[in-house]
Amino acid sequence: MSLGFAILTALLAIGLLALIFGLVLGFAAVKFKVESDPLVEQIDQILPQTQCGQCGFPGCKPYAQSIADGDEINKCPPGGDATIKKLADLMGVEAKSLDSAHGVEEIKKVAYIREDECIGCTKCIQACPVDAILGAAKQMHTVITDECTGCDLCVDPCPVDCIDMLPLANSASSWRWDINAIPIKQIS
Amino acid sequence: MQNNFDDIIDKLDNNQLWDFPGGVFPAERKTLSNQTPIGNSPIPERLYVTTKQHIGVEGHLVVEVGQKVLKGQALTKSMNPFAVPIHAPTSGEIVAIQKHVSAHPSGLPEMTVEIRSDQQDKWIQLNPLVDYQNQPKMQVLAAICDAGISGMGGAGFPTHIKSSPKKDVDFLIINGIECEPYITSDDRLMREHAWQIRQGIDVLCHLLKPKHVLIGIENNKPEAIEAMQVACRENPNYRVCSIPTKYPAGGEKQLIQVLTNREVPAKGLPVDVGVIMHNVGTCFAIADAIFSGKPLIERVVTVTGEAVEKPGNVWAMIGSPVAHLLAHREYKKTAQSQPNVIMGGPMMGFSVISDLVPVVKTTNCILAPTDNEIAGNNEQACIRCSACADVCPASLLPQQLFWHAKAKELDKTQDYNLFDCIECGACAYVCPSEIPLVHYYRIAKSDIRIEQEEKQKSDKARDRFEKREIRLIAEQHARDEKHRLAAEARKLAMASNGNNSKDKIAAALARAKAKKQATNSLDDKQIEPVEIDAANKAEQTVKTEKSDTTTKAASSNQRVQAAIARAKAKKVAAEAGKEKEISQLELKDKVEVVTVEENKPEEKQLDTDDKVDTPPPVKTQVSTQTTISNETPAVAAPQNIEPTKADVKQAKIAAAVAKAKAKRQAQKIIDNKDRSNQPSPVNVDNTKTDSQVELAKTEEQQIEMKKRRIATAVAKAKAKKAAEKKMSKEDKPS
Amino acid sequence: MKFRLASSPHQHIRRDTGQVMRLVILALVPGVLMQTWFFGWGTIIQIVLAVITAVATEAAILELRKRDFERALKDYSAILAAILLAVSIPPFAPWWVIVIGTFFAIGIVKQLYGGLGFNVFNPAMAAYVMLLVSFPVQMTQWLPPMNLAQYSHDFMDALYVVFTGFSVEGFSLAQLKTDIDGVTMATGLDTVKTGLAQGFTFSEMIDFPIFDSVISGLGVASSWITLSYLLGGLYLLKQKIINWHIPVSMIMGLFVCSMIMSLVDSDLYPSSLFHLFNGSIIIGAFFIATDPVSASTTNKGRLIFGAAIGVWVYLIREWGGYPDAVAFAVLIMNMAVPLIDYYTRPRTYGHSSNKGKPINKAQS
Repeated sequence: MSLGFAILTALLAIGLLALIFGLVLGFAAVKFKVESDPLVEQIDQILPQTQCGQCGFPGCKPYAQSIADGDEINKCPPGGDATIKKLADLMGVEAKSLDSAHGVEEIKKVAYIREDECIGCTKCIQACPVDAILGAAKQMHTVITDECTGCDLCVDPCPVDCIDMLPLANSASSWRWDINAIPIKQIS
Repeated sequence: MQNNFDDIIDKLDNNQLWDFPGGVFPAERKTLSNQTPIGNSPIPERLYVTTKQHIGVEGHLVVEVGQKVLKGQALTKSMNPFAVPIHAPTSGEIVAIQKHVSAHPSGLPEMTVEIRSDQQDKWIQLNPLVDYQNQPKMQVLAAICDAGISGMGGAGFPTHIKSSPKKDVDFLIINGIECEPYITSDDRLMREHAWQIRQGIDVLCHLLKPKHVLIGIENNKPEAIEAMQVACRENPNYRVCSIPTKYPAGGEKQLIQVLTNREVPAKGLPVDVGVIMHNVGTCFAIADAIFSGKPLIERVVTVTGEAVEKPGNVWAMIGSPVAHLLAHREYKKTAQSQPNVIMGGPMMGFSVISDLVPVVKTTNCILAPTDNEIAGNNEQACIRCSACADVCPASLLPQQLFWHAKAKELDKTQDYNLFDCIECGACAYVCPSEIPLVHYYRIAKSDIRIEQEEKQKSDKARDRFEKREIRLIAEQHARDEKHRLAAEARKLAMASNGNNSKDKIAAALARAKAKKQATNSLDDKQIEPVEIDAANKAEQTVKTEKSDTTTKAASSNQRVQAAIARAKAKKVAAEAGKEKEISQLELKDKVEVVTVEENKPEEKQLDTDDKVDTPPPVKTQVSTQTTISNETPAVAAPQNIEPTKADVKQAKIAAAVAKAKAKRQAQKIIDNKDRSNQPSPVNVDNTKTDSQVELAKTEEQQIEMKKRRIATAVAKAKAKKAAEKKMSKEDKPS
Repeated sequence: MKFRLASSPHQHIRRDTGQVMRLVILALVPGVLMQTWFFGWGTIIQIVLAVITAVATEAAILELRKRDFERALKDYSAILAAILLAVSIPPFAPWWVIVIGTFFAIGIVKQLYGGLGFNVFNPAMAAYVMLLVSFPVQMTQWLPPMNLAQYSHDFMDALYVVFTGFSVEGFSLAQLKTDIDGVTMATGLDTVKTGLAQGFTFSEMIDFPIFDSVISGLGVASSWITLSYLLGGLYLLKQKIINWHIPVSMIMGLFVCSMIMSLVDSDLYPSSLFHLFNGSIIIGAFFIATDPVSASTTNKGRLIFGAAIGVWVYLIREWGGYPDAVAFAVLIMNMAVPLIDYYTRPRTYGHSSNKGKPINKAQS
């Protein structure tokens, strides 16, 4: 009899405690809810937004979605190792080296149209994922350098091959203080 | 926290000052150069005036190569509030406007106006503004801006902007500290031109209406203090304060702290705490600009260091190359094992990469030290002694910053307030392990800055991409809607069978559709020749045009190009025969693109035709027409030149088209060979592309397009890889 | 010829790590001499052994790590650690004790953690603790000061004892430990600890010969040695090699604790002066706790670090199992350094707190 009573008390006590803690936790979950970006958004924030499609997805967002669904994180050549490292941090996985099937990391380039040779076919305009090419049919086109992500997608459609991918010019404001790498040209 | 005005004045009345944390006491070595008056240097043969010498944007160039300029003539004009013009430092001829090594640690070339002096030194007409007190403030500010005055102490902030604050000013602080070792330019300027500096302060007072003016001078310059006291004797509102010597007391934030105990908030400006600070050199330049109308074209520069035979201060024209000033002061190259010239002081200055670096508005010192005057590069492991933290004037923890900066933990460096570092160099100065701490911080800072820029750019790209997606989808909907309406209308017309116009539309649509079908089913046999025709025609037109032209160089050039084009076209034709499938595929590609992008099916056909046959002749006509219309001003020569230009362009385009096509065909062949030779991934992907193309015909063109694009991108990458592999296996001619 | 390119500042104070370490070693000289005077040549022999071992170990390990050992040896940090360890152990301890200890200090505590600048613990103190727990007998065999010893000993005796365990005349170490009264002697702290356990009160023990001095209760030998180290420490302060924060707060920590307790019961708890002049508190405060690598790096942090060491020393001396506790206290606080540093960041100029928020921009 007393044993049964003891068991009952224990069960009740534990049950009550469970209830209280449950309530506290539930309350805390509602009260201190941390608004965080959905994972896809966070991944998308890290990707370089070149929309180049080298990862095999039609843009950065779909690739972000795919990473969130468990895809590899090393398919983004424009982002390179820095992006992979950040993705690894975010996803809690090991950073791998870039998958060379998708390309290699290159220095940052922007498209440049040799305007003399442009025939105004608008194909590059259609190919540009970020609307960084300006022009109209049968008019010369030009690239808005500031908006160009260097995705390379306009180079192929050009029927006259007048688009070059040129490295961005180094300026004093973008200089990274690599004193030992200053190209020294001795002028006599 | 905020000290109020009266308390500060009380304390200053009692000759008391505050102190800032940290600081170091490097050997001053000022006597090397401050014993002699400011000298003059001969006018250099060539002057290199950099267009941007301040913080902000560069002005708009108003001169051109070959133009003769007079001393003081503006070379750029200010188109933007943050632009400050530059002026010709002497009279002469502009021989070049091009990039020239800059007075920046990187030495990266910047746009520079190169002037060959005529040794006349002839002034342009000057417009002083002597009665500035009766002029509107804007007028005075404009005069200061037009004189090209920007801060001469260090950063080079445009003075006219600093002099038009939106807030009340308690203190105008005139910075005559000059705390860096070796430099004595402000010292000599104050000793010799105290009066004119005071005039500049008067102008600033007129603009800023401060409650009080404090002139801070380090107590190691008693002569300068006395001179300034004498000059400011008449005005009780001007107070010359002798500041204890400690580096970096001359830092803006540090001097404010010493004089007022106020702290400029992080990311804020001194005016946020009611303080404006100007350098004595700037005051002098303001007085020059207002009372004699002279723009800022020369400044005092200390040329010093033990490798200089006759150290001292000189009036140096802005744009004088460092070599000129050093030669004038007898620089001994032999005293250094490796040429070493520092622009600025030994604590914050930078080594120049060439002696053609020009003097700019912020250059206060040129230091040529012997080898044992400067520190070697002998970095050792940090022993965590935190001597750096003890001397940091901003109370940072340099050692933690160093760990994180070295490990590229940029977030952490920002947690430790990296951007509050003023790069004074005190930490690196005391470091027993001789770690170049400031250098690590600079790298980290620029990395962070670039990262932020990239982030901004990628955000913008995302935005643009998303907006474009939305637009494309909307367009697709609109198109579908239109088709639906048209179909309905057609049905209606069929039903009513009476309306003529509707009939016509329906007929046109039907025709268009039929044509589209035809195009789709067209054999490459038909199209390829057409393309080759186009090339040939272009070539022919080139030939006919050529006969008209007289310039032989151009024509030979054209001939070569045409020949190349012809050769390539032939090759294309040859390939075309072999590669039916592929060209068909390509054709389909083209048609698909056109279908997707063109709104009006009726026009589509025309457009394709256009592209295939007509453009070269049409354009030629246009160009000849323009020639005729342009005839009026010129006589015979332009007539010849104009068509030549057009021709060249035409030929270029034609050649480019032919070249491109040839290239594409060649590529296809390579691909094909790959396909047949080795069942590589390319094969798989190409078939995939094929299937994609087929699919593209379906309703969801939008999505298919995208997929295809990706597929091609991947295929391209893979093909590249395969090609590389191939290349390495066998040496293949292009 | 190419221009020389360097990042500012181009000037340097020209006081490198080696110089700093040399100055510290120089500051140790008076203390070491005084210790030799009172405890015989053993101290010098231990120092020589320690320095040789330290240099050899450092060179060997740097060679294994493929580092430039010539430069690393020039920084004198290994030598300094070796000297600090050598003066901490009994002068007549067998030679292998100091060799093992020094090897442990340099090889394990310093180099295994990444070498100079990366070691978490103070090498000398970690090695001392290791020796103390591994070889308790050898590590507690302090001879009585010369002025109290029954048998005097010279350089050859010291050499013999260190290497063979017996003096030239064949006395064993245990015999040498016997003092004038024929009682086996220990350090002042030991005496008090055992005395208290045996039921003596502190005021009774002050009359023991070991505490015979001008000021009663301090002991001639320990007073002089302590004062000599203090002199060296003050020299370091004057040379700005060390900051005042750690020594002052450490001494204050011990002083305040002992004062409170001796006010409570002066029979059971020795006076503050006794605590300061016995054991290794002064050398600890100026030379050991101030080791830059393993100490706190912010000024506020240094105050906390020093005071906590002082308190730990007192706690262990009074209630712990060991008579002295500087080594333990320093090691304990070494562990806390990252935490202290993190929470004692100074307020950056222009920020309202050390949490990184800018101060209010609003004007008064």
